[in-house]
Amino acid sequence: MTSLRIQRIGPGASLQDLGRPGWLAQGLSRGGAADRLALYEGAALLGQDPGTAAIELPGAGGVFVFDRDARVALTGAPMAASVEGQALVWNASHLVPAGTPLEIGAARAGVYGYLHVGGGFDVPSVMGGRSAQFTAGLGAALQAGDSLPLGADPGSVTGQALDVDPRGSGGTIRVVPSLQTPMFGEATLDRFAQTTFARDARANRMGVRLNSDGEGFLVEGGLSVVSEVITPGDIQVTGDGAPYVLMSECQTTGGYPRIATVIPCDLPRVAQAPAGAQIRFAFVTLDEAVEIERRALAARAALPRATSALVRDPHDIPDLLSYQLISGVIAGDEDQ
Amino acid sequence: MLVSFGPALSEPANRAALAFRSAVEAEGWEGVSETTTSLVSACVVFDPLTLAHADLSARLMALIARHDWFAAALPEGRRRWQVPTVYGTDLAPQLAEAAQVAGLTEGEAIASLSAQPVRVQTIGFSPGMPYLGQLPPVWDIPRQQDLTPTVPAGALVVAVRQLVLFSVTTPTGWRHVGQTALQLFQPEAEPPFVLRPGDEVQFVPVERAALEPLQDDPMGGATYQVIS
Repeated sequence: MTSLRIQRIGPGASLQDLGRPGWLAQGLSRGGAADRLALYEGAALLGQDPGTAAIELPGAGGVFVFDRDARVALTGAPMAASVEGQALVWNASHLVPAGTPLEIGAARAGVYGYLHVGGGFDVPSVMGGRSAQFTAGLGAALQAGDSLPLGADPGSVTGQALDVDPRGSGGTIRVVPSLQTPMFGEATLDRFAQTTFARDARANRMGVRLNSDGEGFLVEGGLSVVSEVITPGDIQVTGDGAPYVLMSECQTTGGYPRIATVIPCDLPRVAQAPAGAQIRFAFVTLDEAVEIERRALAARAALPRATSALVRDPHDIPDLLSYQLISGVIAGDEDQ
Repeated sequence: MLVSFGPALSEPANRAALAFRSAVEAEGWEGVSETTTSLVSACVVFDPLTLAHADLSARLMALIARHDWFAAALPEGRRRWQVPTVYGTDLAPQLAEAAQVAGLTEGEAIASLSAQPVRVQTIGFSPGMPYLGQLPPVWDIPRQQDLTPTVPAGALVVAVRQLVLFSVTTPTGWRHVGQTALQLFQPEAEPPFVLRPGDEVQFVPVERAALEPLQDDPMGGATYQVIS
């Protein structure tokens, strides 16, 4: 059996897929990758199912050694990556030779980087998923010394790239009104929409806390609402008035009032906002949100057709003369 | 989309939420991916690109009008559980404090909490975790102001006339009055979750020494009979 050996890895890294839908009534949230779009991008680059599990790297990378030639794709937060001193382009697929360490450094922008492998990981599916879900005690963080069995890889294409809009610096996040939004009153909601928040240092797969100058967003009676169903994207206002955006691994019910809900296609930008990044919220109507989501899903579905051959900077190619350059264009499959 | 049967917990609202969720499941509407309940609401998870908000809303309104959901029966196949529980001691250090807040002696508190079964009102928050109630009015005690940093899985905690039995290690604002060895979430088992809404649970007092041998049993010595 072929495997990936982890020589070094940052804290909190884990296997993540699209999660485990279907268990909400039993109190288990879907979970899955903090940046779901990154999974679709990796799958498009490797020509495989977006449900294939990848290694989620929060903030820091690691050193990975394959015992077979392996196709990999790198997505999400861009990190410095190299094989034998050769820099690897992010948002692209590459061939990593057997026994040669793949080194991935710290995130240069954003939070969560993803290492995808052609054929995925041959680990058992538990309750319909391979994601670690720390709060539920499902799976565990990956550690140096771990070895992950690799799935058979029917694919062969590498050297593909995706042109991805950067999403690692916060910005304006679109929200719709939630269950308890009217409780907050128009003045507070206006102030909420006009406030520039900074992502707190405290953030994880469960939620992201946001700070702002001035008074918080507490609401009269807000701490005695009956616990209700919550969903990733909900923005709870906690006891000290700070908004807290619920993420992939949030609990299934919550007792804090919700001021708004982030639309699903903007959630990767919340996940990828690093500590201190500025975030603003803009209310859109339900109809607008559905239309925005429709377009985002169409773009996501088109990702496999949006890949293009990776064009290398000639300065990065050590033995330029060995390449066939007669036409002046690199074929794009030089990794094979 | 959330269908709520009341602003605060009540038995009829809880029954209505459970029955209404079952009814939505039975409809099998295309575009509905999942349903769940809270204490007083049924929640319908759907794909708005397949099933428009207005369309789902109209269907739910029609379903609401079809029955008096507040008069709905409890779910079929309910079970009555007996769960061995250590009250107080170092395993559940807040029994004395909770009893005092409720105006009871420790002995009265144990008798009151274990005398009758309580019903699983909903499962939620963390995997397999039941909200149980409703306790006698004397247990209408608030949550503590500060969070207890961590209580272990199997902890029985109390507040606002409800009990919660934790399935995972967690921080909590509820007071830790009992400890069980029941593992509510067993990912490798079929089914992975022990309790279901509508089940009744009696937390039977046992000596501290009696819990130790039960730690090897995922069921923690719990047994049940089907309620006919």
